[in-house]
Amino acid sequence: MREVTLWSLHLLAGIIVLVFLGIHMGVMHLDAIMGVKEPTSWGAVLSRGKGFLFPFIYLVILAAGLYHGLYGLRNILLELEGLRRVGKPLGWIIFLAGLALFLYGAYIVIAASSVS
Amino acid sequence: MAEKVGGRIGIWGWVYAGRYGLERYAYILHRITGLGLLLYFILHIFFSSVRLKGQEAWEGLMTSFSRPLFHFGEYLVFVAFVFHALNGIRLILAELGFTLGKPARPVYPYRISLDRGRPLFLILMGIAAIFVVLGGYDFFVAGH
Repeated sequence: MREVTLWSLHLLAGIIVLVFLGIHMGVMHLDAIMGVKEPTSWGAVLSRGKGFLFPFIYLVILAAGLYHGLYGLRNILLELEGLRRVGKPLGWIIFLAGLALFLYGAYIVIAASSVS
Repeated sequence: MAEKVGGRIGIWGWVYAGRYGLERYAYILHRITGLGLLLYFILHIFFSSVRLKGQEAWEGLMTSFSRPLFHFGEYLVFVAFVFHALNGIRLILAELGFTLGKPARPVYPYRISLDRGRPLFLILMGIAAIFVVLGGYDFFVAGH
């Protein structure tokens, strides 16, 4: 994929993360101000895990967050003189690590939706 | 500073390499918060898997995370997110060319992109400060 495409996806993923993770941060960490009762209690976690909407949003945050973060990490690492020479293999290692994390995270989200 | 080490200053370039302004240090902090948030995100994926072990395991984990050190660390993650998100808005706007102004001939008094960019930066950092204070209230006063 061309670098400009990867960069554009990085910006798009950033906007997606801004919106959805912003809502997540508000619910989880501004709960007293927003009037959300005990967001990390078992009952609240259970109710959020059910249905379609929350698991879908979690998968979106997972994909966008991992892409945005790992692409940023790749850019920082590629600025280092020694690592620039191994840019392509490094990119593939980061991609595969991200894919593995996404698959594991998606498994947790989907499996959690069936836990009662 | 660059001349001292033959023009290659490596990681010290994150500290100072000549004529660094506010926006440059904001960019460096953007990278530092980004790396911190990435690390937290990856750990979050693994900690969330405890959910699959049932109520007792989950509540045990939440009890561990309610300790003061973890609670403060969580607040730092919140602050890092607020800064990274709002500075990121500024960077995306600049990347798409919205806050740079029209190109003009360099005739004195020179108009530079900072004339537009600095007020936006200060406004966004003001909004970030409000969220940091609200978060501090929620974390340490109102109870979490």
